[in-house]
Amino acid sequence: MVRSRRQGQSNPILMVGGFATALFVLFVGLPLLALLLRALGNDGFFASLTSDVALQALKLSAFTSAVSMAVILVLGTPFAYLLARRQTLPLHIVDTLVELPIVLPPVVAGVAMLMAFGRNGIFGAALAHLGIALPFTTAAVILAQVFVSAPFYVRAAKLGFLGVDQEYEAISQTLGISPWRTFWRLTLPLSWPSLLSGAALAWARALSEFGATIMFAGNFTGRTQTMPLAILSAMESNLATALALAVMLMALSVLLLIAIALVSRAAPWEQRR
Amino acid sequence: MRLLFYFLAVAVPVLTLAGCSAAPLPTTSPGPTAASVSGNLTVFAASSLTDAFNGVKIALAAKYPKLTITYSFAGSSTLRTQLEQGATADVFASANTQQMDLAVQSGVVASGESALFAANRLVVVVPTSDTKVQTLADLAKPGLKLVLAQKDVPVGGYARDAISKMDASGQYGAGFSQKVLANLVSEESNVKQALAKVALGEADAAIVYSTDVTKNMASQVTVLAIPDAQNVVAAYPIALVKAGKQPELAQRFISYVLSPEGQAILKRYGFMEVPQ
Repeated sequence: MVRSRRQGQSNPILMVGGFATALFVLFVGLPLLALLLRALGNDGFFASLTSDVALQALKLSAFTSAVSMAVILVLGTPFAYLLARRQTLPLHIVDTLVELPIVLPPVVAGVAMLMAFGRNGIFGAALAHLGIALPFTTAAVILAQVFVSAPFYVRAAKLGFLGVDQEYEAISQTLGISPWRTFWRLTLPLSWPSLLSGAALAWARALSEFGATIMFAGNFTGRTQTMPLAILSAMESNLATALALAVMLMALSVLLLIAIALVSRAAPWEQRR
Repeated sequence: MRLLFYFLAVAVPVLTLAGCSAAPLPTTSPGPTAASVSGNLTVFAASSLTDAFNGVKIALAAKYPKLTITYSFAGSSTLRTQLEQGATADVFASANTQQMDLAVQSGVVASGESALFAANRLVVVVPTSDTKVQTLADLAKPGLKLVLAQKDVPVGGYARDAISKMDASGQYGAGFSQKVLANLVSEESNVKQALAKVALGEADAAIVYSTDVTKNMASQVTVLAIPDAQNVVAAYPIALVKAGKQPELAQRFISYVLSPEGQAILKRYGFMEVPQ
């Protein structure tokens, strides 16, 4: 920090960097500021925020993303642990593929899910046999969210587990402490910040999920219309509602970012690595 | 606008029937020769116009090689919102007069400038592979998966009007409208998405424009006609966007769409003439 300030006068890269930083802050900040100003400038901001469509979307987003996060935490944690502790070729391939949903356009994920789990999808007939029809249901919203957001948690959790020295786990087990207990009392507390920031990122991604949802789950108030979908629909009819919902999602994202920043600051061992 | 409407209502069918290709419409300026018509024209048009307007583009490309047309197809209300928020376009073609009127109200389009150039009607589509819906009355069957465009999109509004008209006719049983709407599983943001859900076989039925069932789609969906008395005829207005940079090119495009040649293209893609 001190060093860079001293060289700031002479180093041209830092000067260009300063200019680029200002440009970036303006580029990202101005639209968000404009959104906030326009939304708050509307007379009916709070009325829009508490309109039926907005409330239903909010409730559905809260419910679906909470279920998605539960699924991701319960299954993603042991999955990430396995990836961190065993290095076999198949696991290495899986490890690489885990990140695919991050780079895949969500709409592709949605089409792919339709092809697999839709009524005419590859598993559609089997699911229908079990009495399950996924498209146009809340379950489809959750599946879409898990699909696109799980990698964010798994990746962070894996890095967190990698940061816990395996020696500690070995010692704990030689002391006669069971693997379960070792995991709960040693590994989990030590990798806590990574898990938490990964979970926050995954949650943010689940909340903002749009493309896969509208493809796979459709758009119906109270059933599949989450906040991002409600914003799209409201753009057709009521800009004030769209803006109010957009501001709410933006506020949530900012809160999540702050939470992530606080968590990683509270973890000095995270930064050392 | 009204004057133009009457003019079209009378003149266009007559001219089309006469097969007259060089109709002297009042909006056509004698203007420059083909070679001097050049530039890039941006046209915002309702999704349902996709195929027909691409046909217009091909015809115009042959006529004016130096003219480039860029389309943006979306729900009329989305386009109107985009224009209001400062999107640049030269021409706006809406799938209903309501969105055009709103565009006039917000000052995007000058009042009295728009002309009706085409009409469309609704049909019910069902997947070819699906036998759940055989007649219109089947739309009220419990557990059916119906997809409509959302009600603020013109076709979504028309579809709901048609369902009410069917209900009012008394031909389809008591509480028809309520039962049909209870089957609604998704409100798509535009009509092509609603059709796609049926073509994929994910939904059992959708209400779309007859023009949406293109040659490509015809093999995947079966069409059930809605009787004229219960149908809704959608009239499409087109207008110059005030902030457009190329009013001359825009006017040329609009004139062409209104000309017998343009009308013939629209007809080929399933549009009807504007009713009187």
